[in-house]
Amino acid sequence: MAALNKVLDVAGVSKRFGANEVLSDVSLQVDKGETVCVLGPSGSGKSTLLRCINWLERPDAGQIYLNGQRVGVSGAGIAMSDRDLSKIRTRVGMVFQHFALWPHLTVLQNLMEAPVQVQRRPKAEVRDEALALLEKVGLVEKRDAFPSRLSGGQKQRVGIARALAMRPDLLLFDEPTSALDPELVGEVLVVMRELAHEGMTMVIVTHEMGFAREAATRVLFLDRGRNVESGPPEQFFAKPETERARQFLQRYAGDTANGKH
Amino acid sequence: MIHDFGIVWTERALLLSGLANTTILSVLAAIASLLLGFALTPALMSKHLAVSGTARVFVDGMRCVPFLLFAYIVYYGLPSLGLRWDNWTSGLFALIVYNTAYMAETLRGAWVAQPREPIEAGVAFGFSDLKLFRRIILPPLLLSAGPVIGNQTIQIIKDSAFLTIIALPELTHAASSIQSRHYVPFAAFITAVFLYWGLCLVVEAGVNSVGRLAEARR
Repeated sequence: MAALNKVLDVAGVSKRFGANEVLSDVSLQVDKGETVCVLGPSGSGKSTLLRCINWLERPDAGQIYLNGQRVGVSGAGIAMSDRDLSKIRTRVGMVFQHFALWPHLTVLQNLMEAPVQVQRRPKAEVRDEALALLEKVGLVEKRDAFPSRLSGGQKQRVGIARALAMRPDLLLFDEPTSALDPELVGEVLVVMRELAHEGMTMVIVTHEMGFAREAATRVLFLDRGRNVESGPPEQFFAKPETERARQFLQRYAGDTANGKH
Repeated sequence: MIHDFGIVWTERALLLSGLANTTILSVLAAIASLLLGFALTPALMSKHLAVSGTARVFVDGMRCVPFLLFAYIVYYGLPSLGLRWDNWTSGLFALIVYNTAYMAETLRGAWVAQPREPIEAGVAFGFSDLKLFRRIILPPLLLSAGPVIGNQTIQIIKDSAFLTIIALPELTHAASSIQSRHYVPFAAFITAVFLYWGLCLVVEAGVNSVGRLAEARR
């Protein structure tokens, strides 16, 4: 039965850029409703792992399955067609570090663009759903504004709503609060916490240790492209098994004490 | 003096047909050079040195040749290579090829300045190929390149005046005919200047409305 609940299965993925091995034999399984936080120092391969999941990067080795379907490779072992890849990508929502909203479209149009143009769902239905999502992230009054008129926190809430508008099976967050002023981080984390409570399946690359500790169902710690440690957050934060993880956490604890985080 | 303008007025049919020809030439050349510029831009940005180098030589070469000289080469020079075109074909060809180089360079600049992440978001949300280009890449590109494309269109309108030397019956040619027929150079040429100005105002108005759209999104 457990297998049916498995939304994402990353099996032994490796990726190198030139001589630099960014990911080395990383595996990750995510069940429906889980919130997995991927932690680790800068340059540890966290973002690359995330980008391999929806094939923005092609892994050199390993397999990725979304709801049991192989990503990026079709049955005969040949590269997937753009059409099939596009179908898979519409089932994976992505939230970007620098928001990546489409500047020529209003907030509401940003939410409706992919569901209408790619998923070809009826416009009226998409619109109603998009307005409900904007209500949920507290930005319904900004629906006709262009992204350039929003604060960073508002942009990222639109980014999350835009990803949700696709009705994705899985949401990927690539350091969603790293580009925000400290006082704007909270409003984004509130939305993410709510999604976690509602049972949205999410993989979140983040440096927000407080958020990972309380909202994650599981933590994956990457260092130099390797999966060094993973487990429930209570265990990881209280009693990390490896020296690398201990050092990493100590540095964050130091930052918190110094008021940097 | 008033009398001179009266003479020009009696030749208004000739002037208007010149204006119409200038408009047709400029509109066709602007659209064609913009489209060809779009096709050439990826070549300018190609990772293959042979491709980008060839495109670069063409673009830089064109931008360093005076248009008048280029029009001479196309109309008088190409026949010695066996390419003999009438003045309409030669004139339009010269305008299009010459301005394609400018359009390509303009678009390359605007393209490079576009942020990468929104395009990547388009890919991540399932857009690909033509739809990605049409829905995600092109609109912000046109908004930011709009003013420069407008400037280039004005340049095309003015360059088209050179085509009088290959006897293309455009506006300058019409004004010139009127002056030589009636000896009213000032009235004939000033009238032509105002007609060019009017044409440029239309382009300006278009650029301004694109500018307003872009401003709201910046």
